[in-house]
Amino acid sequence: MSVTEKEVLHVATLARLGLDPARIPTIAAELNGILAHMDVLSKVDTSNVGPVTGIGAAGTPLRVDGGNQIPLARPRDAFAPAMREAFFLVPRLATHEDGAAESP
Amino acid sequence: MAGDCASGKVPARASVLAALERADEVKADARGLNALLSRDRDGALGAADGIARLHLDGAIPTPLAGVPVVLKDNIATLTMPTSCGSRILEGYVSPYEATVVTRLRAAGAVVIGKTNMDEFAMGSSTENSAFGPTRNPLDPTRVPGGSSGGSAACVAAGIVPIALGSETGGSVRQPASFCGVVGVKPTYGRVSRYGLVAFASSLDQIGVFGRTVDDAALGLRTIAGRDRFDSTSSDVPVSDFCEGRERNLEGIVIGRPREYFPESLDTRIRERCDAAVDALRALGATVRDVSLPHTDLAIPTYYIIAPAEASSNLARFDGVRYGRRADAGGLREMYERTRSHGFGPEVTRRILLGTYVLSAGYYDAYYKKAQEVRALIANDFSRVFAGGVHLLFTPTAPTTAFPLGAKSDPYEMYLSDIFTVTANLAGIPAMSLPIGRVDGLPVGGQLMAPHFDEATMFRASYALERTLGEAAHR
Amino acid sequence: MSTAAPTATDTKYEMVVGLEVHVQLRTRTKLFCNCSTQFGEPPNRNTCPVCLALPGSLPVLNEAAVDLATRAALALGADVAEESIFARKNYFYPDLPKGYQISQFDKPLATKGSLVIGEHADGSPHRIGITRVHMEEDAGKSVHDRFPGVTAIDLNRAGVPLIEIVSEPDIRSSAEAGSYLRLLKQLLEYLDVSDLNMEEGSLRVDANISIRERGAAKLGTKTEVKNMNSFSGVERALDAEFARQVAIVEAGAAIEQQTLLWDADRGTVRPARAKEGSHDYRYFPDPDLPPLRLTKKWIAQVREHLPELPDARRRRFAEEHKLGAYDIDVLTANPRLAEYFEAVSHALGDPKTAANWVMGEVLATLKNTGQTLDRFPVRPADLAALLGMVRGGTVSNSAAKRIFALMVETGDRPEQIAEREGLAQVGDEAQLAAWVDEVLDAQPAEWQRYLGGEKKLLGVFVGAVMKKSGGRADPRKVNQLLAARASG
Repeated sequence: MSVTEKEVLHVATLARLGLDPARIPTIAAELNGILAHMDVLSKVDTSNVGPVTGIGAAGTPLRVDGGNQIPLARPRDAFAPAMREAFFLVPRLATHEDGAAESP
Repeated sequence: MAGDCASGKVPARASVLAALERADEVKADARGLNALLSRDRDGALGAADGIARLHLDGAIPTPLAGVPVVLKDNIATLTMPTSCGSRILEGYVSPYEATVVTRLRAAGAVVIGKTNMDEFAMGSSTENSAFGPTRNPLDPTRVPGGSSGGSAACVAAGIVPIALGSETGGSVRQPASFCGVVGVKPTYGRVSRYGLVAFASSLDQIGVFGRTVDDAALGLRTIAGRDRFDSTSSDVPVSDFCEGRERNLEGIVIGRPREYFPESLDTRIRERCDAAVDALRALGATVRDVSLPHTDLAIPTYYIIAPAEASSNLARFDGVRYGRRADAGGLREMYERTRSHGFGPEVTRRILLGTYVLSAGYYDAYYKKAQEVRALIANDFSRVFAGGVHLLFTPTAPTTAFPLGAKSDPYEMYLSDIFTVTANLAGIPAMSLPIGRVDGLPVGGQLMAPHFDEATMFRASYALERTLGEAAHR
Repeated sequence: MSTAAPTATDTKYEMVVGLEVHVQLRTRTKLFCNCSTQFGEPPNRNTCPVCLALPGSLPVLNEAAVDLATRAALALGADVAEESIFARKNYFYPDLPKGYQISQFDKPLATKGSLVIGEHADGSPHRIGITRVHMEEDAGKSVHDRFPGVTAIDLNRAGVPLIEIVSEPDIRSSAEAGSYLRLLKQLLEYLDVSDLNMEEGSLRVDANISIRERGAAKLGTKTEVKNMNSFSGVERALDAEFARQVAIVEAGAAIEQQTLLWDADRGTVRPARAKEGSHDYRYFPDPDLPPLRLTKKWIAQVREHLPELPDARRRRFAEEHKLGAYDIDVLTANPRLAEYFEAVSHALGDPKTAANWVMGEVLATLKNTGQTLDRFPVRPADLAALLGMVRGGTVSNSAAKRIFALMVETGDRPEQIAEREGLAQVGDEAQLAAWVDEVLDAQPAEWQRYLGGEKKLLGVFVGAVMKKSGGRADPRKVNQLLAARASG
């Protein structure tokens, strides 16, 4: 399997990585170098084994619906990059409707 | 040394001061080794004084009372930043602390600093830190290993007897091997991950470095055990890993998997391993050749699963609620600038790789397949252990500490983990202890045990350490 | 241009609709952390390391959420899986702190349920299939117009437990969609799993709609419609989108798969901003959460403890209380109202009277005051007592209405009010006879005319007695006395 430069750009967009377009060919080559080593897995017969899905026969532990909120030792605005009137702030999305579309 | 502190033989303040002075002496910060990213002198001395007062009042000393420790910088603490070796979290001080830190403090340990690491634990040399590489105290032109290089270096340099690191593919054992100290990875689920900044959630575990096996065992026993804040933490009871250390190894069967002793293995490393195996035999253990046939699939499997989970775990670093945020006109630009400025090249590479193998059309061929192969690798171990073998012995790393800058090809760097990733993939406990030197550089021998059988693993490593004595450091 | 959207029945096309309903579960704390789910708190008050996605935080599952989700799935007739898996749905949005939502994908909590929305012509139940019911966490809120140039993020809602109920594409008209939603909401109210308040956002609906020629088996390309804030909005939106798709197909073009937003003010759907590439959520099992394992025994216990559901209650009201279809519909629409009615009826021993008063005075009062039943000051036992007084003749029907109004105001018991206000009827024969005599003495001429055949004058005498008594005379007895005077 090999990654095209277009795919690298697509993946970078999915991951919001903001790659410098000039570097994409190099990155594609690096990724292909790494992925080449993974091809060996496609030849392995795994028909008799299921994927590993998490440890423990007991399953996920359940928490009682109550108790105390985990406290913060510092107020939120001590670590937030931008806050106002207790809201976290980010640059405005173009329109409200676009917001509804971005959020599936 | 830890025991001396805890029993009150060495007063807490004195041992903390000694640690801080030693840190200065070896230039543990950016001026020299660059092992320590931050230091909390006032907090440490304050804690030490608190412990001294308790001792005066006649309180029974807690297991680690007054013992100075350092923590890898991906473990959340309330004082000192938790940067994960990354620009994106530079200066970030966590408003909550990791469970392991709470437990260490309850046991009286004194955290004196946070240590350097490969960015977000991605690396095998601590050269991927945004704050510069850490140097190996035994040879400052060489790497200490990674990703927990800073913690390994602090123990090797004699600053602290116990340090915490983290493991995803060998990031405690391999630096332990390169620095000539003991490094332990517990069974997956043994130690709470609450407060450990996640890299690959199904592989991550906090591990312990120690000057001696005793120190490491004491450290592990203090932090291990069920935590209700971590759904993957196990309720298997924690036994006293320090008990039974005087025993020999009569009745213990040790497997020597042939896949870890390939033709290509450095002859001198092989010799040190053979000597260690002889020592184990002399202690009464039976040694048997075994096979773990899917070993050669471990690196490709690991380098699909780990980046995949990492790509998802690192999505939260978006500049919205904490960490560094880049200036930008719009939201999309803010995300992209924040992340491209904040992440280094190896992290970027792995996020891309991870996103790719999870993406539509590739999930089945890569991620799903890798999880299936992972089960095969885990089954190799189960089969061998079910066949009457109690422990496995292998070299920890294929080389000794290599020079800074020596490995520029990413995949070549990944191969440093070739003997360690299998234990992470299978979830079994594993540890490295010094078994000799090659050209003055430490060589580590690795012991692996079945799930939750740290006790047998420690029993054997105590005995080996005792028998090898000074030879382990020659 | 026609003013009414073509309905599904009168064109050659039919709409094929599936609905996705998100319901917030009424737990005290969030799905994966102990933060409160209380609505209306100051921004970001209910947040912690887990729901803020601080580095190193981890999720721990809320057992009450599992209980409520299982209840809902069982009531919908779905198969609850003994093992289900939480999966990460990865995408970037500022109100999604982790950069992924913990949801369920490949192995959801429950599959293969259904909801009956009516009857077919032949009497068989009209079922809408339910593909799956799964658990997931809610995202926070993005507020775009509070501060200029920025979007404000409130994460109080991030992590609140949701169930997503996905229907099969079995819905064929906007009316069916409305019925489905109303009956689903009623069922969930009976189960008491959620506040179900569309305005507060604890109930949300998204639709998938395609069209095809009637009789065709193959499905058309579907579009997704979002931003519908009421059930009638859903109906209108579906009709609007149906019309839009019909127009496109009739013009010979193809339907483009896209997401559309309903604009209630304009009554139209319009495309959400085009995105580069559709979403690739890169679902994979969440490694921080082992599988959710439920035993057969536990599931059976939840099933056993399900409250009486609407259908069963309707049938029981018909059999036990012998009420008619209309009364049953009104009384069972809301489970609390049904319980209130039954409490009154049980204490009084007369379902019909209880029904009339509950559907009449009680509902009218609730509507006028905007109160909900849980705050209603008239206790069922007291209403029953009042109705008993009417039955026994202690108060007249009209006095009872006045007493009821005072019970609503004060919460006092009817006996107290009747005495205090002097509303108790006078039934004492001697007193009534005295008043009758006084009235007849005062109007002898009218009495003669009545005896002579002007029967309608009876009301005059009854009215006069009522006036003399200050409204307290028992009208039945007054009538009886006058009748006796007339004959004797």
